[in-house]
Amino acid sequence: MGGAKGRTVLLQGNEACAMGAIYAGCRFFGGYPITPSTEIAEHFARKLPTVGGVFIQMEDEIASISAIIGASLAGVKSMTATSGPGFSLMQENLGLAAVLEAPVVIVNIMRSGASTGHPTGTGQADLMQSRWGTHGDHPVVVLAPATAQEMFDLTVKAFNISEKLRLPVVLLPEAVVGHIREAVYIPTEGEMEVLDRKRPDSYENLLFFRRDENGVAHPPDLGTGHRPHYTGLTHDEDGFFTAEPGKVNAFTVGLNSKLELHSDLLTDYREDAVEDAEIVMVSFGVTARVCSHITRSLRKKGVKAGSFRPRIVWPFPEKRLKQIAQNAHTFIVPELNLGQMRSTVQCAVGQDKRVVGINRVDGTMLTLERTLEEVKKVLN
Amino acid sequence: MPAESFIKKYLRQRVLPTIWCGGCGLGTVMRVIVKAFDDLKIDQDKLVVVSGIGCSSRMVGYIDANTVHTTHGRALPVATGIKLGRPELEVVVIMGDGDGAAIGGNHLIHASRRNIDLNVFLLNNGNYGMTSGQVSPMTPHAHYASTCPFGNLEHAFHLCDMVKSAGATYVARTTTFHYMQGVRLAREALKHKGFAFLEIYFQCPTYYGRFNKMTDAPTMLRWFKENAVRYNPEKPRELKKGQFYIGKLWEDNTKDEYTDLYCKLCNRAAEMVRVAK
Repeated sequence: MGGAKGRTVLLQGNEACAMGAIYAGCRFFGGYPITPSTEIAEHFARKLPTVGGVFIQMEDEIASISAIIGASLAGVKSMTATSGPGFSLMQENLGLAAVLEAPVVIVNIMRSGASTGHPTGTGQADLMQSRWGTHGDHPVVVLAPATAQEMFDLTVKAFNISEKLRLPVVLLPEAVVGHIREAVYIPTEGEMEVLDRKRPDSYENLLFFRRDENGVAHPPDLGTGHRPHYTGLTHDEDGFFTAEPGKVNAFTVGLNSKLELHSDLLTDYREDAVEDAEIVMVSFGVTARVCSHITRSLRKKGVKAGSFRPRIVWPFPEKRLKQIAQNAHTFIVPELNLGQMRSTVQCAVGQDKRVVGINRVDGTMLTLERTLEEVKKVLN
Repeated sequence: MPAESFIKKYLRQRVLPTIWCGGCGLGTVMRVIVKAFDDLKIDQDKLVVVSGIGCSSRMVGYIDANTVHTTHGRALPVATGIKLGRPELEVVVIMGDGDGAAIGGNHLIHASRRNIDLNVFLLNNGNYGMTSGQVSPMTPHAHYASTCPFGNLEHAFHLCDMVKSAGATYVARTTTFHYMQGVRLAREALKHKGFAFLEIYFQCPTYYGRFNKMTDAPTMLRWFKENAVRYNPEKPRELKKGQFYIGKLWEDNTKDEYTDLYCKLCNRAAEMVRVAK
């Protein structure tokens, strides 16, 4: 960041996340303690009162996500942070946030395993839950940071997306990324783009939930003189329940169309040497950090290898992977789960391509050595 | 103001009539609540009414204010976020006995404990009406419901005692038979600074009544009338089986309200930062 006047500090990933949120204008945090996310709550508890924001520790994760939805409807940028078991409890009202079109950010610092699992172990166990954990067709955007710097940057981005498209955005780091300490560049005010939701002055015929030309509805904040009705039921453009099949269909299709209509905003990946690659390593979050090292060393040995890392994992960047698959015949997908992204990659590149998973579910990392060993097996 | 006009003022006439069954007490309850709004001249633009799921929670659709119909049991934590986000708003919570005593019971005790300035109207018909009459935590022992066809083995909560012991600072109970009292208590609850809880018994002749040999509204209202005992703290009396107190049961104006405390905390924290610099 040459020429910039910000500062670079040594930060834990979780601290960087909380600082990114405050930078993005987050002024409400409701949460419940859970390893390995708790440092985020602790940071907010110290900092939010000093900037006029609200920190509240709720009675459980259900109440936490409920409270941030309430604060968001009242016009305050809001966030919660949790880990797998708490994220499971939040699924109910993650759906509510999507249907109310309430912008909220939910951080899920992933541990390992199902149920209580391995609380201090790292994992990528919630890739599918983050997208499909709540019932019904609903839009949600999921970002996967791989470094402490990205914990800051992608938190800002998560708020921007959630405000712009009025939907819940999930930040999905692994425990390791939450706890890693790295140098983080903190930009000055105004250096990074910060978006706020649109707040129209007037609404035609009280149609608070009518979508604009970009497919986004802009219902008013509570207490601003408009008197909207928000409901988790399928609703018409006026916000009131409808059971009319045509209108129910328009509601669900319209709500979900936000993802497709904004695919440019929602496509964010990093890739290395994929243009002519025959073998591509596809991975997200911390697992991806070893992949580019491996593919570069393979290149030196004459193997046409490349690496691909989505920073926005949902919507999944299948369009780009399809292009890459025109040359590549083999995809290697290292994950800290039993293959949640592998099947997604297979769908994207087609059943005729070879897609091989490298999976660890022991709460530890896929190190360079371990991963390289597995990659060699695939190549032989 | 003539009776009609406060109803016109505080209800969204474009979405009437209501979905409620003939004989249901919710119409009376809604009148009680909006009458109290009108008596206190509450500004609709600054009024937020939050509800959960069930027959009573549908009320927010009809009230002309800022309204939020949330998920089952979650009205209180959503309302907590709204109140903390914008403490200057008047935040009212309407929920049923399923919402408040079953699925959202944990939220009820914690919201009481915080003493946050929310006005809770818990509308208790002793069963799950929306899903056609299942047993609820407020169904009396040995009464009947579709999921206890041989009689209820469990016992109902004493909700008012529960929220009082959890820390609520205004607690009252009334019924749809006691309209005038209901309006008075609703006004008191709205004026109270802190967590105010008003439990309102209302009749569900369609389901609860049908299962318990009270198939019309007058029979159920008579049941309320005959069993309600006006509470007088000077003269507590032994309640007979089936009897319950009505009236203001508890008020404590000594405990600080949560958003006030939070505001003071922010000032303290900002001052500490200023001094440290």
